[in-house]
Amino acid sequence: MNFQIAMLLGQDGMTNGAIYALLALSILLVFTVTRILLIPQGEFVTYGALTMATLQAGQPTALIWLLLGLTLIDCLLDLWAAARANRAFAFPKRILFKLGYALLIAGLIRTLPLAELPMAIQALLTLALVVPLGPQIYRLVFQPIASASSLVLLIVSIAVHVSMVGIALLLFGPEGARTAPFSEAGLELGPVTFNSQTLWVLAVSLGLIVGLYLFFERTLYGKALRATAVNRMGARLMGISPTLAGKSTFLLAALIGTLSGILIAPITTLYFDSGFIISLKGFVGAIIGGLVSYPAAALGALAVGLIEAFSMFWASTYKEIIVFTLIIPFLLWRSLTRRHVEEEE
Amino acid sequence: MNPRYLLLALVLILGLAPLALPPYYVTLLNYIGLYALVVLGLVLLTGVGGMTSFGQAAFVGLGAYTSAYLTTAEQLPAWLAWAGSSPWLSLLVGVILTASVALLLGALTLKLSGHYLPLGTIAWGLSLYYLFGTLESLGGHTGVSGLPSISLFGLLLDKGEKIFYLIWVILLVAIVITQNLLNSREGRAIRALKGGQLMAESMGVNTFRSKMVIFVISAVFAAISGWLYAHTQRFVNPTPFGLNMGIDYLFMALIGGVSSVWGALLGAGILTMLKQWLQDLLPHLLGNTGNYETIVFGVLIVLLMQRAPGGLWPMLVGWLPARWKMRRAAPAVDLNAAALPRRELPAHGQKILEALHVTKRFGGLVANNDMSLAVHSGEILALIGPNGAGKSTLFNQLSGVDTPTSGDVLFMGRKVNGLSSRQVAHMGLSRTFQHVKLLPEMSVLENVAIGAHLRGRQGVMAAALHLERREEAELLNEARRQLERVGLGDCLYEQAGSLALGQQRILEIARALCADPCLLLLDEPAAGLRLKEKEALGVLLSRLRSEGMAILLVEHDMDFVMGLVDRVVVMEFGQRIAQGLPEDVQKDPAVLEAYLGGVE
Repeated sequence: MNFQIAMLLGQDGMTNGAIYALLALSILLVFTVTRILLIPQGEFVTYGALTMATLQAGQPTALIWLLLGLTLIDCLLDLWAAARANRAFAFPKRILFKLGYALLIAGLIRTLPLAELPMAIQALLTLALVVPLGPQIYRLVFQPIASASSLVLLIVSIAVHVSMVGIALLLFGPEGARTAPFSEAGLELGPVTFNSQTLWVLAVSLGLIVGLYLFFERTLYGKALRATAVNRMGARLMGISPTLAGKSTFLLAALIGTLSGILIAPITTLYFDSGFIISLKGFVGAIIGGLVSYPAAALGALAVGLIEAFSMFWASTYKEIIVFTLIIPFLLWRSLTRRHVEEEE
Repeated sequence: MNPRYLLLALVLILGLAPLALPPYYVTLLNYIGLYALVVLGLVLLTGVGGMTSFGQAAFVGLGAYTSAYLTTAEQLPAWLAWAGSSPWLSLLVGVILTASVALLLGALTLKLSGHYLPLGTIAWGLSLYYLFGTLESLGGHTGVSGLPSISLFGLLLDKGEKIFYLIWVILLVAIVITQNLLNSREGRAIRALKGGQLMAESMGVNTFRSKMVIFVISAVFAAISGWLYAHTQRFVNPTPFGLNMGIDYLFMALIGGVSSVWGALLGAGILTMLKQWLQDLLPHLLGNTGNYETIVFGVLIVLLMQRAPGGLWPMLVGWLPARWKMRRAAPAVDLNAAALPRRELPAHGQKILEALHVTKRFGGLVANNDMSLAVHSGEILALIGPNGAGKSTLFNQLSGVDTPTSGDVLFMGRKVNGLSSRQVAHMGLSRTFQHVKLLPEMSVLENVAIGAHLRGRQGVMAAALHLERREEAELLNEARRQLERVGLGDCLYEQAGSLALGQQRILEIARALCADPCLLLLDEPAAGLRLKEKEALGVLLSRLRSEGMAILLVEHDMDFVMGLVDRVVVMEFGQRIAQGLPEDVQKDPAVLEAYLGGVE
């Protein structure tokens, strides 16, 4: 291996690592606030990438049917809850907003000349399509069992993942997709050429991490979410709605996932079922961070990306094995430093 | 109706099935049997032990690939050559290998909190899957073919309807073994894993070992299923051992009902049939082919977890008319069983437990400051003090749940700080809890029998084969004796959760007595008791004292305390402010100030 190759691999590793870091952060966020290990995090990545590819091909994506369908069920549940409430029937006005949003997006997708749109608009449309799925999934799947044991939540999370992969196959087909790069230019620094997409990924990831930091440190909503993560019951007694906290974390998770998908779609070919492995690598990062520390999780995920890139060079067939056995030393370390018998919640 | 008849009917139907059914259904039944064996392990692991694994498919793969490699390799290393001659020998190797891998993985993850295990299982499930697909000697993604059929007593099981019997006999044996194990001393320890680990440790149960036991058993069940699969198909490739299958196994367990052995069979049956049906139906509906059944499975599990988290088996049982129901065969007591040998109690007045300058800090908070006290045999010592005085913290340090920051705890003259609560229990300390900790679904008798855990010796093997019935009878009889002693002799077979709170506290005392301790730590034993019950408790404690037991109790009920105990230690703000005879303590100005405020 010479310097050139090392730089190339390093670049590759950094790009993937940055994405894994984003996913690890979002997994950690969802876990601390809701106790849900969000296995379907990777599906948002594939949904984002594949939707972007469909839009660039000029096809009105079938995903709109999923959005419409979930919105409809959501609205019906709202109506049902309003009808069953003890007080006089009050029409839940947010239904109009939800339905209106879904129909508006559907209208846009049907009428706009998708392939000719500037890439930024395509990316926005993709976000507008995929991100609402996050809070909807929370509403339909997790909200009714929000107080269940964390193992039940994990199992349901896996079930959602399994369904979403099947739906992705139905909506996007078995072919892989790759989108056009954001820009063609590269950056030359001495002997090294940086791929422009790599720079995009790093810049956007960094921006998102700073944005999240500001959100959690400086805004009231951010602090409310942090409070929920620290002590669910206490936050609830202070008037922070657990439902709202759940929906907002899922919104953030879907946003991060979709954005990651849009970012890596020009570099990697993604298939309907690629999301799982991607989010698992985010999980490896989160586990390295002990499922508590954000910086440790981000660094861990970055390390996963780098190790993956370099093991691709030395032992390409064993790449996945190396990455997934990586957590064993960390589990060992955690297991040795822990001593008390833990009571189930 | 006797459940034995149902079982007999099941065996009969199964025995005749291959003769009556077309080969396609026999094959389907074979698969159901193979899957059910894996799911049975999951029921043990998840339903009983409360641990989730997505990696069972990888264990199936280990069993399958070990046998495939050994029985087809042209050149085995000399030291392994013996294993390639028969599938039965390769089964042995496969089981040993799988058990070793499970021990290693269990050692890594089982001590960690709940969600590390499932995540860990996902990770190594994937690793093993990729390993099967990558290793040249295992045929890569094309796999290994040309496996020999299993032969049994000279009979070659080369057809589906022949191996059918082997599969189902093994499955039924596994079911019987599992049920035997659960109805034993080891089984009670295993059943305590879900929601009672702290309590079990205090009764001397090594919970880590119990977890390991069911983890290894479930892995071995999976490996045997893999071995059967490999020699039924006579061909293996990595696909059926991937994570997707691991998830399917868990889904089967959940659909059937993860807490019952028969749920495993039901779930494996339903999911296998449903998969076949959906794979035929969905491509017609949706216009193209693909694994669309996963969508339905996912939604199904979500709905099931929302509506009926217990699975279908408990629902089915609920629909049956009452007289048909299989009463959970609560083990009955054999009144003639011999009494267990007892510990020799120390001489009257000997110092049993001593705390010397115990200080406990939580960060900046000093919960216990320089606390000293001593309990002697044949004495009842009360530890009293206002809320937040640090009594429970001290209790935890005395019983090994917590370690003092400085100072020492001596039990029978031996230093015990730093020892686990399990080790302290071994030495003869037994305790109850401020917040009652029992297993609500288990019978009163079995709950109390957990207390006698350390007085039994027989292990897992003996339990699985029910070779320990004599000891088991002795343990249960001891539990009955203690229950009668505390006045709960009438509700031996009731569910512990159905007792009133006061009775549950009494149950805890019976459980503690079952351990045959020389020191009893009681945390607010009289809370929630009615007057008559309190009087009975007082009589019981006095009798124990006269037998030479040392008793330390925390209590708020002053009438109860002052009339009963020999000495009192009063705590406030983590410190001892007074000690002495009850009547002296009642007049102590410091105590009066702590309880009633200062005299103006």
